[in-house]
Amino acid sequence: MSVSTHVIDEPGPITARLIDISKRFGDVIANDRVCLDVRRGEIVGLLGENGAGKSTLVKVLYGLTLPDEGRIEIDRAPSTIRKPSDAIAAGIGMVTQHFSLVSTMTVVENIILGTSRIIIDRDSARKKIVLLCESLGFGVDPDELVSALSVGQRQRVEILKALYRDCRVLVLDEPTAVLAPQEAETLFKAVRLLANSGIAVILITHKLHEVRKMCQRVTILRRGSCVGTYEVAQHSDDELVELMVGRAVEHANHETVKPGNLVRMSVRNLVVESRGGRILDNVSLEIREREIIGVAGVSGNGQSALVSVLCGLTRPTKGKIEVNGHDLTHGKPMDYLNAGVGRIAEDRHASVIAEMSVAHNIVLERIDGFRKAGAIDEKAISTLVQKLIQQFAIRAAPNDPVSSLSGGNMQKVLLAKVLSREPKVLVIAQPTRGLDVLATREIRNMLAFQRVNGAGILLVSEDLDELLELSDRILVMYEGRIVAEFTNSQFDRNEIGLAMTGSGSR
Amino acid sequence: MSFLVNVLEAMLRVSTPLALGSSGEVVTERSGVLNLGIEGTMYAGAFFGFYAAYQTDSRWVGLAVAIAVGALAGALLSFLVVTLGVNQHTAGLGMTIFLIGTSEFVNRAALGTGFGTSLKVETFGVIKPFGLGGIAAQYGMTYVTLLIVVPCLWWMLRHTSLGLAITAVGENPEAADVAGINVKLTRYIALIIGGMLMAAGGAFLTLATLGSFTLDIIAGRGWVCLALVIFGRWGVFRALAGGLLFSFVYALQFRLRLLDAWQGVPFELLLALPYLITIVALVASGRNAKYPGAYLKPYRRA
Repeated sequence: MSVSTHVIDEPGPITARLIDISKRFGDVIANDRVCLDVRRGEIVGLLGENGAGKSTLVKVLYGLTLPDEGRIEIDRAPSTIRKPSDAIAAGIGMVTQHFSLVSTMTVVENIILGTSRIIIDRDSARKKIVLLCESLGFGVDPDELVSALSVGQRQRVEILKALYRDCRVLVLDEPTAVLAPQEAETLFKAVRLLANSGIAVILITHKLHEVRKMCQRVTILRRGSCVGTYEVAQHSDDELVELMVGRAVEHANHETVKPGNLVRMSVRNLVVESRGGRILDNVSLEIREREIIGVAGVSGNGQSALVSVLCGLTRPTKGKIEVNGHDLTHGKPMDYLNAGVGRIAEDRHASVIAEMSVAHNIVLERIDGFRKAGAIDEKAISTLVQKLIQQFAIRAAPNDPVSSLSGGNMQKVLLAKVLSREPKVLVIAQPTRGLDVLATREIRNMLAFQRVNGAGILLVSEDLDELLELSDRILVMYEGRIVAEFTNSQFDRNEIGLAMTGSGSR
Repeated sequence: MSFLVNVLEAMLRVSTPLALGSSGEVVTERSGVLNLGIEGTMYAGAFFGFYAAYQTDSRWVGLAVAIAVGALAGALLSFLVVTLGVNQHTAGLGMTIFLIGTSEFVNRAALGTGFGTSLKVETFGVIKPFGLGGIAAQYGMTYVTLLIVVPCLWWMLRHTSLGLAITAVGENPEAADVAGINVKLTRYIALIIGGMLMAAGGAFLTLATLGSFTLDIIAGRGWVCLALVIFGRWGVFRALAGGLLFSFVYALQFRLRLLDAWQGVPFELLLALPYLITIVALVASGRNAKYPGAYLKPYRRA
């Protein structure tokens, strides 16, 4: 099979249709009479916040979940899909958000898994895969182990897997969540090519600009219900967000306040070595008051080391770190904390104690301040935490275990813990990764608010849109070095993206 | 020279039940399931194989019954750990206790013998291909195991879609599920194949080497097989290599005991030698062993 480049101008007849799908998990209604259809050669967007029921809906289509009610039609004929093999036989392919690949197996083995009859024929499978790769412009070595592949390559393997089975409907579940901007470009080109060859594509996302770029129609879900299907061109971004969230979302006003002259944190010629190699190589930067410094880069280029060295978790090999004029180069985490440095690490699950309550997680670092006759003063904790829950819009009770919280609320707990100490410098990594639109908005507004209040913020993020929106300056890291710097007035998405791949020269 | 020939000849014989047991465990564990019922399954294979052979006067029926009992044991464990999701350590040890108990109960109730039975069955004999003696004079089951069963299993795991499916459900059952593989069925199949091999390994002792059944006949061979699987890093040939090493030391100490020069050495110490070697080999090779990704985890769709 190969993908032809014949362009279909008008989307064709309906290929797959989900009708009145309902699904309950206990008391939670994941899908309430939801409808979705996708046509030959079309890319339909499926937009909604986390928990809106997008994944449940496509799991029904793929046979991973049985609906309580509703039916599925493929090519206008009723179809019973009760397990993934039924869906595959019906021509449906799915690329799950967290990839479904066996990392100890090769690309070929992963692609033919579950397809071939009794005896495997690797050679003929390899030929077919190479052809598919060529037609899509995918550079994937069929004999490589999946564990050796980059995230972008793994995604290509997932797409190849669906095409190898001759899918006519391809579901992509938040495909760009893990990709760098250039990789996302490559992906979209390939998806466009597939749609032009007649494949019906369902693109799940909560990024509006992707919907705008890729889709003519978008189906919007909100809290398990179908809000409707819309022509993208006829609605503004704000309208679509309102449909998705259920109310208008406020943007914080960022422009009115300019960075001050007071240097909050200064880092000079910082080097961190590990196992003979330099993870950070001669990094210098200054964070001033009322300033957000964005750090862009493909993950694994030293950002994690930068975050951990700037809060005392890693010792620098060379260089100097000053916070508010105090030398903290050889400081311990507690010294940084006392100097007014707040840190929120990228892995929020590793930053909370999941079994402990919201209240105890928030006060954990300063439990000494809540002592009364040697025992913990639960009353005082409760008063503070009640206030913070209000202030940070955490949708949970003080005594709920953190493990029961959504990602967004968990992140807000961390923000409440750190920001309630009014840090002068905030080092924060991936604050909104995997969060829905509303929580993302709220958290970005909180950061903007901290900036206005005088904090200096180092924001490490793989989400370029986030950096472009919030930062006063953007630094690009590549192989442990800062390879480019952009200021607010000259942000250029393409140039930043190029610098992230190490090919920029500034 | 004849000393070495004797040792090597015994090595191949001793390794046969270990090869069958460990390759059965390899297939099982590759699917992500630990079968601690291996000791009991080998025991039941030894006893029921003997019992059926005694009742029907046919060693072939005996072997078939042993394999069927192994399949049943594998299916029962599958029901517990795959369908019900019971803790695999508990379920496996329970299976071993249950199967040994059942075998001894039937032995006493039906054959009326407790310790040291004198009942005998006709055994599978030693064959000498092309009239060769020495090392080549082995039981037919040994030839079949080492030259056919183990290579076929290797080929099955590597070159059939069943083998790929078994490995996939052991490494990443979610991925296998999305690829359209029936995860539970695949694990059932792996456990049933594994049980058949283990029981055949037990039956080798009663139907080939001894011709009779004695209590504690397996004597920890099942546990040795578990170690061999880790030593072999879930590969059938590497596990076989480990089994041959164990058997070589076992056969060696057995011959040494008969030599005059070694009379001063306590035989208990020599008897412990193969087990010590196993532990040393395991420590040396198994420290960085990478277990199957879904080892010990029951699969439930999210």
